[in-house]
Amino acid sequence: MKNGNFKKFGMVIDLDKCTGCGACMVACYAENNIPFREDDTDKMLSVSWMHVYRLNNGKPFPDYEECFLPRPCQHCEGHHGHSPCVSVCPATATDYNMATGIVSQIYPRCFGCRYCMGACPYHVRQFNWWDPIWPDGMEKMLNPNVSVRMRGVVEKCSFCVQRYQLAMDQAYMEGRQEIEEDDYQTACTETCPAGAITFGDLNNPEHAVHQLAQPDPAHEGRPKNPKAFRLLERLGTNPKIYYLSRREWVRRAGDNYLKGEFQNKAHS
Amino acid sequence: MKVDRRSFLAFILGGAAGTALSPLPWKITDDIAIWSQNWPWIPVPPKGEISQVSSACTLCPGGCGISVKKVDERVIKIEGLAGHPVNDGGLCPLGNSGTQLLYGPERIRTPLKKVNGRWQQISWQDAITELAAHLRQLRANGSAQAVGWLAGSDRGTVPELFNRFLTVYGSPNFWRTPSIWDSYELALYLTQGTRSRAGFDLENADFVLSFGSGLIEGWGSPGYMFRAKSMFRKAGGRMDQIEPRLSKTAAKSDHWISVNPGTEGALAYGLAHVIIKERLYNQDFVNAYSSGLPERYQQVIDGFPPEIVSKITGISAGTILTLARDFAAARKPLAICGQGQGHVPGSLQAFLAVHTLNALVGNINRPGGVWAVPEPDYIDWPELEIDAVAAEGLQKPRIDGAGTYRYPNARYLLHRLPEVINASAESPLKVLFVNDANPVYSLQDTAAVKKAFEKIPLVVSFSSYLDETSAQADMLLPNHMYLERYQDVPAAPGFPKPIISLSQPAVEPQYNTRHVGDVVIQLAKELGHTIGAAFAWDDYNSCLEETLGDRWDGLIEDGFWVNADYSGTQWADAFETDSARFEFTNKDIRTLAAYEPIKPEGDEAAYPLLLVPYDSMRLASGYVGSPPFMIKALEDTILKGNDVLVEINPDTARQLGLSEGRLANLATPRGSARVKVRLTQGIMPGLVALPRGLGYSGDNKFLDGKGVNYNRLSSPVDDPASGYNAAWGIRAKLS
Repeated sequence: MKNGNFKKFGMVIDLDKCTGCGACMVACYAENNIPFREDDTDKMLSVSWMHVYRLNNGKPFPDYEECFLPRPCQHCEGHHGHSPCVSVCPATATDYNMATGIVSQIYPRCFGCRYCMGACPYHVRQFNWWDPIWPDGMEKMLNPNVSVRMRGVVEKCSFCVQRYQLAMDQAYMEGRQEIEEDDYQTACTETCPAGAITFGDLNNPEHAVHQLAQPDPAHEGRPKNPKAFRLLERLGTNPKIYYLSRREWVRRAGDNYLKGEFQNKAHS
Repeated sequence: MKVDRRSFLAFILGGAAGTALSPLPWKITDDIAIWSQNWPWIPVPPKGEISQVSSACTLCPGGCGISVKKVDERVIKIEGLAGHPVNDGGLCPLGNSGTQLLYGPERIRTPLKKVNGRWQQISWQDAITELAAHLRQLRANGSAQAVGWLAGSDRGTVPELFNRFLTVYGSPNFWRTPSIWDSYELALYLTQGTRSRAGFDLENADFVLSFGSGLIEGWGSPGYMFRAKSMFRKAGGRMDQIEPRLSKTAAKSDHWISVNPGTEGALAYGLAHVIIKERLYNQDFVNAYSSGLPERYQQVIDGFPPEIVSKITGISAGTILTLARDFAAARKPLAICGQGQGHVPGSLQAFLAVHTLNALVGNINRPGGVWAVPEPDYIDWPELEIDAVAAEGLQKPRIDGAGTYRYPNARYLLHRLPEVINASAESPLKVLFVNDANPVYSLQDTAAVKKAFEKIPLVVSFSSYLDETSAQADMLLPNHMYLERYQDVPAAPGFPKPIISLSQPAVEPQYNTRHVGDVVIQLAKELGHTIGAAFAWDDYNSCLEETLGDRWDGLIEDGFWVNADYSGTQWADAFETDSARFEFTNKDIRTLAAYEPIKPEGDEAAYPLLLVPYDSMRLASGYVGSPPFMIKALEDTILKGNDVLVEINPDTARQLGLSEGRLANLATPRGSARVKVRLTQGIMPGLVALPRGLGYSGDNKFLDGKGVNYNRLSSPVDDPASGYNAAWGIRAKLS
C-alpha cells in the first residue's frame, strides 16, 4: 500500500436512532465467539465487547429523559498511533495498525497483566477470569474465523477484523486492489434493526461515515458536524467512534464535565 | 571443599543473580502461561465451506427475513436478510440468538410419554397410534367437541391444518395466542366491515401518537417497526408516547405524556372531543365516506370534554387541547394503541376510540395511515366432507364462550379457559394440542392455569423445548425447530403490505423430531374415514408446495413474496359495512358495553400500589424463553444475580421506607415474590413496574429461576365490551 492511502475505519452511531435493544451486543457475541456464563449479571466480570449504556438527564419526574449509548472499542489513534492501551502493553499484545486504524488484540501474546484495562478510559477491555465453557452441543455454533480465547487473557472489540481479512482475500481473488464500502461491515452494524450504526473508512470522502462525522484532520479528527461528538474528547485519545445526537444534554454527557462548566461559555 | 557461610551466600546470591539475568525465568513464565492457556477443553472450531440459506424467523410472529450462515453443516450465525421488505437486514436480539436454540442442550430429542409422572421414550408410530385410538374413542362417545387445539397463530398452512383437522373431526375449539391483534381485528370489523389485519404505514407518517404501544419494544413486527421508526424520524416526523412509565419508546419520543394507567382510552375520546368540537376533522372523509359520527358524538364522545378527561387521566386540559390540535394539524398523523409488545388484547372501546381518531383525520388506507390489509388468501384446499359426528360436534358452543350470546364478537377467549375448566367438576376439554405456545407460562394467574391443565386428561405438546407447558403435558411430540423445517410465514403484524415469507431448513434435523404438519397428516390418516380423506397429501412439504403453487420457486429463491405496490383500498371501495361507509357507530357498536377504564383486581386499602408489566427487546416473552445470549445482554438494572429489579419512583420509595437495591416483598392478590428495588424518575409515583419474560421454571440453568414471572402475580380481567382480556396491571404492595 502506498503512503497516504491508509484507511481509517471508524463508526458513526446515531443516538437518536438507537433504541437500546441490544441486538448489536448479541450479534457481536455470535460473530466473535464470546462466552456466556450462568450468571452474567455482574457487568464488571462479564465479557461483552459492545455495551449499551443508559444515560439520563438527571431531572425529576416527569421531565426525566433517557438515552442509550452503545460503546464498542473506540479504536483510539491518540497522537500518531499512541493509543492509551497500546502505549502500556509490555507484551506488544495490542497494536495500532496504521494501515487500517484498527487497534488489535493478539491473544497468544497477552499474559494477562491487565495494564491496558487500567489505561483504557472507556472500559472497553475485559479480562477472561474463567475458561470459556459452551454447554454440550453449543460449541457447534462457534465461528471458525475467530479464535476462542482462554482464561487469563484480555479481549476487546476488533471491528470484526476477520471480516476485513475475508473481504481483502475476496478482493484479491477477484483481482481487485481495494474493497468496497459494503464488502467490510461489522456484525453490529449489519444487525442494527434501527440502522443506527454506520461503519466505513473515515478517510474516504465517499463513505457514509466520513459524510456523517466530517472529521477534521487539522484537529485530530474532531467532528465538524455540530450534532456529532466523541467520548471523552478532551482526553486527546482521538477515538474513531463518533456519536450523533440532536439533544444537547446527551452531547455534553459524552465528555465528563464539571457542574456549571458550560454556564458562561457559548460552546466548548 | 569446605562450605563456609561466606561461600554459601555467594553461591545463593550469585545463582539467583545469574538465573535472573538468564532468559530462564521469563521463558518458564511464558511457557506456563501458554501451557495453562491451552487446555484441551478449549474448543477449536473446525473450518469448512461457507454457505448461506435465506429463510424466515418464526421465534415471534414478526415475520423477519433471515440469512442463516453456515460452515459446512454447522449454523454459525443468523443475520437479517438484506432486501427483505420487513426488516431489510436488521435483526433483533432474539433472532440473533437463534443458533443457541438449535444447539442448546434443552431440546427435546425424541417423542416422550408421561407414565406415572415420569417421561418415557415412545416411537413416533406408537405415539400416533395411541393418540388416534384415544381420539377415535372420544368421537365414538359423541364428545368430539372435547378436543382443542392451541396454536401461536391462526394464519398459514400449519395452523390451517390444525383447524382443518378440528373441523373434520368435529370440534369448534381452536385457539390462537391472545394479543392486541384480537382487538384490532374486531375494531376494524365493527367499523369497516372487513375481516382484515391492521397494517401501519409508519414510515410515511409525520406524527405518531402512541397510546402505550412499545413501538421499539416489540409491538407489531419489531423488524419493521424499528426500521420504519428510524425512517419517519429521519424525515422529521414527530412521536409522542402516552404511558405512565418511561419505556424505551417513551425515551425516544419527542414528548413523554405520563398518563394514569388504564385511562388511555379516555384520553383518546378526549382528543376526539376536541377535534370534533373545533371542527378540525377531515371534512372530506367524514362527510363523504363515513356515517354515524353525530350519533357517536352524542352518545359517547360528548361525555369526554377536556376537563373531565383531565381528571381521569391526570393530564392537564391544556395538554389535551394542544395534543388534539397538533394531531389534527399534522399532514399524516397516525394513532396506535395496544400496551407494550401487545400480549394483552385490551379494552375494545379504547381501541375504537383510537381508531376513531384515525378516522377523524381521514388517514384510513392513506399513506402514513392505518390500512386494513386483506388476510392472506393463498390457502385454497378441497372442500371438507363433514360426517354426522363432526356436524354434531361443530354445533356445540365453544368451551371458552367465544361467539356465544355473552361474547358475540370475540373469536378466541383463551384467558377464560382455566376459569371454565376449574369451575366444572370434570374438564369439558379432554384433549388439548399445544403448538408454538406456552400457556402455562404466558397466561395470567399461573396457579389457576396449572390447576386447569392438571384437570385436562390429555395434553399433547409439540414444543421443541421442555417448557412449563411441556412439563405439564402427557405426551411430547417435538417439532423440528425453525432452522430445520419448511413453513410459510404469512403476514407480519402491523406490516402494511401483503407478504408471505418462507422458513427453509438450514440444517438436517438434529434429533428424532418430526414436523408438526406431518404429525397432523399422519394422525388424520390413522383415523381414516372423512378425516383421513381430508388430508390427501403425502406429507407436509408436498402440501406446502402445492398450496403455494406458482409462488413456490420464487419463495425458495428469495425467501419472500410481497405485493410491493399495495397501498390500501381507496375509500370508495374500502368499506363493507351496511352503509358501505366507515361507521363511527352502528347496531353492533351501539350494543357494546360503554367505555370505562378497566379496573385491575385488588383492594386499594390492602394493595395501595399498582403493578404494571413492561416489555424489553432483551427478553423474549413469546413461546420461547430468552436464550443465554439475551440473558447475558440484559441490563443489570433488570436482573442482578437471580433477583429481578422492580422500578419505583423515589417519592414512592420514600413513603414506603425503601431504598435503592434493597430486597423487598412484592405481593398481589395472586401471589408474592422477592424482588430488588430500583429507583427511577422514569415512572409515575404509585406504580411498580416488573419486566415480562423472566421467572421461568425448569432446569435450563441460563434462564430458569431468574427473576419473577409477572403472569404468576397477576390475573386477567374481562373487557365488558368484547370479553377479551383487558388487564393492564394488578394492585400490589411492596414491603
